[in-house]
Amino acid sequence: MSLAILAPGMLTTVQDAGRHDVRALGVGVGGAVDAYSYTVANRLVGNPATAAALEITWTGPTLRLRRAARIALCGADIDARANGIALPGWRSIDLPADCTLTLGPCRRGARAYLAIDGGIDVPPVLGSRSTDLRGGFGGYEGRPLRAGDTLALAPTRLPKPVRRIAIAPWWIDHEPDLFFTDSIAVRVLSGHAATAPIDALLSAEFAVSAASNRQGLRLHGPPLRLADPRQHLSEPVVPGTIQLPPDGQPIVLLADAQTVGGYARIGHAIAADLPRLAQRRTGQRVRFILVDAAHAARADAAQRARLGKAALAIGAAHLAAERGLPSFPQASGPHHRQ
Amino acid sequence: MPGDTVPAAPAIERLGDGALLLRFGDHIDATVNRRVHACAQALRACAPPWLLDLTPAYASLAVHVDVACIDRDDPLSVVQRWLEDRLAMAACAGAATSTAVFEIPVLYGGDGGPDLASVAARAGIETDAAIALHSAAAYTVAMLGFAPGFPYLLGLDPRLHTARHATPRARIAAGSVGIGGAQTGIYPAAGPGGWQIIGRTPLRLFDATRQPPALLAPGQCVRFVAIDADTFTARDEHTR
Repeated sequence: MSLAILAPGMLTTVQDAGRHDVRALGVGVGGAVDAYSYTVANRLVGNPATAAALEITWTGPTLRLRRAARIALCGADIDARANGIALPGWRSIDLPADCTLTLGPCRRGARAYLAIDGGIDVPPVLGSRSTDLRGGFGGYEGRPLRAGDTLALAPTRLPKPVRRIAIAPWWIDHEPDLFFTDSIAVRVLSGHAATAPIDALLSAEFAVSAASNRQGLRLHGPPLRLADPRQHLSEPVVPGTIQLPPDGQPIVLLADAQTVGGYARIGHAIAADLPRLAQRRTGQRVRFILVDAAHAARADAAQRARLGKAALAIGAAHLAAERGLPSFPQASGPHHRQ
Repeated sequence: MPGDTVPAAPAIERLGDGALLLRFGDHIDATVNRRVHACAQALRACAPPWLLDLTPAYASLAVHVDVACIDRDDPLSVVQRWLEDRLAMAACAGAATSTAVFEIPVLYGGDGGPDLASVAARAGIETDAAIALHSAAAYTVAMLGFAPGFPYLLGLDPRLHTARHATPRARIAAGSVGIGGAQTGIYPAAGPGGWQIIGRTPLRLFDATRQPPALLAPGQCVRFVAIDADTFTARDEHTR
């Protein structure tokens, strides 16, 4: 049972939750850049939070699903059709076998996640199914998908056969974890104190440069100057690290962050705000707000709690649907169509 | 180690909200680097439940924490106290490093080493002398980083220290041996890079499907051995 790629879109890769224990080899974490949307998509189709899904950048692929499937599209608001029928995001959708899924441009946001029940069955490499584009391994042959590729799907566990396209009447609300507005605020922790022009970072507004990618969000604004411009010894960096190269234009590292870097670290975006950074489009703006460690920890815990509640609510709604009971709105989602 | 002074415990700072950075020094130094790897080894052996991963670098070590398994307002402060208690006792003094020397064959110069002549000219020596200097030294793998399996090597002769290119090359071949300032290293995969490329090894530095994936490990002792084009072809692992 498989997924055929008819057209690849701009940059479509297989991603999961990443590699978390091989940094000593120089291998970064990788995985979904917007881990929040990726996780919700998996939960909507009944997958474990770490199943492999497709990460779609800017413009989506055209696919044929050979088997019946429960799918979900989260993250960027993407133009999506199954056999011509428009599909909304953040919902569980059941498709009969041999549907053609046509994904167009992302209308808001930069990256959409397509999860399919069972998950994409590529062999794990170094403990993960995510594509490491720099290392050229993992995912599907270590590279972005191309027309003509066929990806295996793990067996479905859908309770009954799917005869027609069925869209759940409820959805997951992505606020406050994601905002697609033109300008967003991102919470930061201070970096290495000796070199950090953190005041300048906080007082300016930055535009997202077109040179951004999975490794980093390159920002453009008034050049920041380091208090101490000496070359730095390469030290560990993490997704969220804000680096300042000599040109004074900051780079916020994302999922494909290298393991070590020599540029000054002027701050760190908090983990809970990485999803909204991942969804920034070229030209959109970012401001930074300084927070303390306790705030960051609370924000992270709150995001995890929302993901946990969403998973429970989704499970309950699916169970209700299987038993023919009406699903109803709950305080923590899923949200019901009004 | 001179005398019997116990090295000071590393300074601890935060690396965002999911990691702590232990800094053992602020310059490239073999003794400091040994402490980094000894500390990493000791932490791995302890395997505290919150330990996600470790990134050993030249003079610092990142400790990546699974904050979800610490139910506190500020999980990293719990880990910091844990580390301070243990580091004060052990201070990660010595490291049992292997004394075996791993030999890396290199075809110096030619198409695979376009910067050899300029590196030699800057040092005021013949290219043969530059090759002799580069292959005479015993190097230590200080860390793997930048790209999967990329070894940063300590021990480059000061005469060969050469600044990086102002504009990085768009593509460097897999196996390229380069010089970046006081460091020498090997590019495991083809890609862009700014180091001075003086030669190429036929060995494959990183293969995710191999066990272990990286040819070299931190702390390992390495020497370069000059080979000719025929030997390179015979041993070429990049085209396989």
